[in-house]
Amino acid sequence: MYAVFRKELADHLASRRFAILFALVFLAAIFAIYVAIQNIRSVVTPTTEFVFLKMFTTSGATLPSFPFFISLFIPIIGIALGFDTINTERASGNLSRLLSQPIYRDSVINGKFLAGLAVMSVMIVTVIAIVAGLGLRIIGVPPGSEEILRLMVFAIVSIIYGAFWMALAALFSIFFNRAATSMLASIALWIFFFFFMSVIAGAIANAQVPLGSNPTVEMLIRNATIQGMLGRISPCILYGEATAALLTPELASLNPALMVLSTYTSGRMITPLPFNESLLIIWPQIVSIVALAAICFGVSYIKFMREEIRSI
Amino acid sequence: MGQVVVETNNLTKTYDGFTAVDGLNLRIEEGEIFGFLGPNGAGKTTTILMLLGLTEPSSGTAQVCGYNPTREPLKVKGIVGYLPERVGFYEDLTARQNLRYTAELNNLPKEEAEQKITGLLATVGLSEVADQQVSKFSRGMKQRLGIADIQIKEQKLAFLDEPTTGIDPEGIDEILQLIVSMAKRKVTVIFCSHQLHQVQKICTRVGILAKGHLVADGSIDRLGDKTIGGGRYRIEAEVAQASPELVDSIKQVKGVLAVQASGNSLLIGCDKDLRGKIAKLIVDSDSLLVGMKIEEYSLEKIYKKYSREA
Repeated sequence: MYAVFRKELADHLASRRFAILFALVFLAAIFAIYVAIQNIRSVVTPTTEFVFLKMFTTSGATLPSFPFFISLFIPIIGIALGFDTINTERASGNLSRLLSQPIYRDSVINGKFLAGLAVMSVMIVTVIAIVAGLGLRIIGVPPGSEEILRLMVFAIVSIIYGAFWMALAALFSIFFNRAATSMLASIALWIFFFFFMSVIAGAIANAQVPLGSNPTVEMLIRNATIQGMLGRISPCILYGEATAALLTPELASLNPALMVLSTYTSGRMITPLPFNESLLIIWPQIVSIVALAAICFGVSYIKFMREEIRSI
Repeated sequence: MGQVVVETNNLTKTYDGFTAVDGLNLRIEEGEIFGFLGPNGAGKTTTILMLLGLTEPSSGTAQVCGYNPTREPLKVKGIVGYLPERVGFYEDLTARQNLRYTAELNNLPKEEAEQKITGLLATVGLSEVADQQVSKFSRGMKQRLGIADIQIKEQKLAFLDEPTTGIDPEGIDEILQLIVSMAKRKVTVIFCSHQLHQVQKICTRVGILAKGHLVADGSIDRLGDKTIGGGRYRIEAEVAQASPELVDSIKQVKGVLAVQASGNSLLIGCDKDLRGKIAKLIVDSDSLLVGMKIEEYSLEKIYKKYSREA
């Protein structure tokens, strides 16, 4: 498996695809830091505790923040690294040659997946490091240990989230014989989850609990709860919630009902949560993302291992 | 008799109701070039995949160099080279890099691998383009690279699936020579092809597969005997007078298998081209030699006969 891993990694690093993705990620990082620097003065007060993290989450009036960029790009990177895992190999006539070498069949898929994961980890860690480094240089506030911890967990969750998209794309690459089809299928699913899922969840919630012109608090809570539960079908929303809690310690809960209530108590002092409590509230989200990634990889693994090779 | 390299016992493969290979009994010995023939869809590739351990047989067993491909696929794949019908390489890697990857997958020590790669590239005549990207290679060059590729491992057996399709005549000759040279190094070769005259040129034995059954198995001469009777060549000699003495004396010639006289022409079956000797005999017997024709029993005839019967 090591040989497959090394070759795939070398291929990735030398490929144009990698160069393009990296350029994209690099631009996103620069852009995010630019937005943050422009706006950070308006959000930071003398009592702000996590100034360094603010740099990652600050958005402009019209410009989105760093987590938004990341949540946009990670699926793209994952799909780009995974969509042709098997079908291109098959179409080029390499697969049969590869499988007739003295390696186990799963070495092929494991090696390829791990290589993709390594590339993605490098990208995500790099982009976080760029933002952190530039930010440190420009605003001059060093990160506290808890902030570093939160960023590290953020990186890990992001990598797992990317692994999910890569595994999904790899799964399609086993089912569909053409790379274009598998890429399109992955992107379609991503667009559905990213753009449409929250709209659909909102529509269903409104149908169930129509809010009318003067909704009661109870109705608002029921509406928000339905919308929240449905939205969590989408891995994009799960990831969004997880990163929000990690990078915004002030976020006390992801419970939609409590979030509705908090709008009524907005005058209150918000105290940031300690790291372990932030982790606790997003634990279900993290577990779900890990499970999704594992399921996608598991299904592709089984499908690839079981596939009858007729004419490879 | 050499060592048995491939032996199958009632090997059967069924794909959802369709029997691709049906009770195949095959026995191939060391150093043979075995021509594996049969129409498209006869089950040749399926058989190869089962012998490589890439597909599990539905029933029956196979042994490759003493290993069971289903249970010990890695051992089998370590000594068996497979050149698939449409072999592909990583297009953006060079020929050398592609072979290097194969060597890595076979756990070859680095230095040994480099030496071997350089040697093999020279053998298949690709030394000059060794460091060019494979995407610039012609079909024939890729096939030759494929032949180098399967020889990276210490192979005892090679499966070549249509290695000469789509290649120019010179390229074909080169590939056939490479195959013969492999066999000289005691590598057993199983050669699948529809190019019957190529098979005839290099194969020591052929097996014809039709609808999953092995309908013929043996040397081309023997199959020729069985099919048409009387050796590989058929000489037709036209004489002024076909006397029984002449027929008898021709029968005495070493290599002549059958003589048939019909009117003034003699039909002589033999396993070598004996035109010279026979002509001399006829002339010496004071009979006039009017004309002589020789015809080689082509594998095509044998093939057509068997695949039609099936």
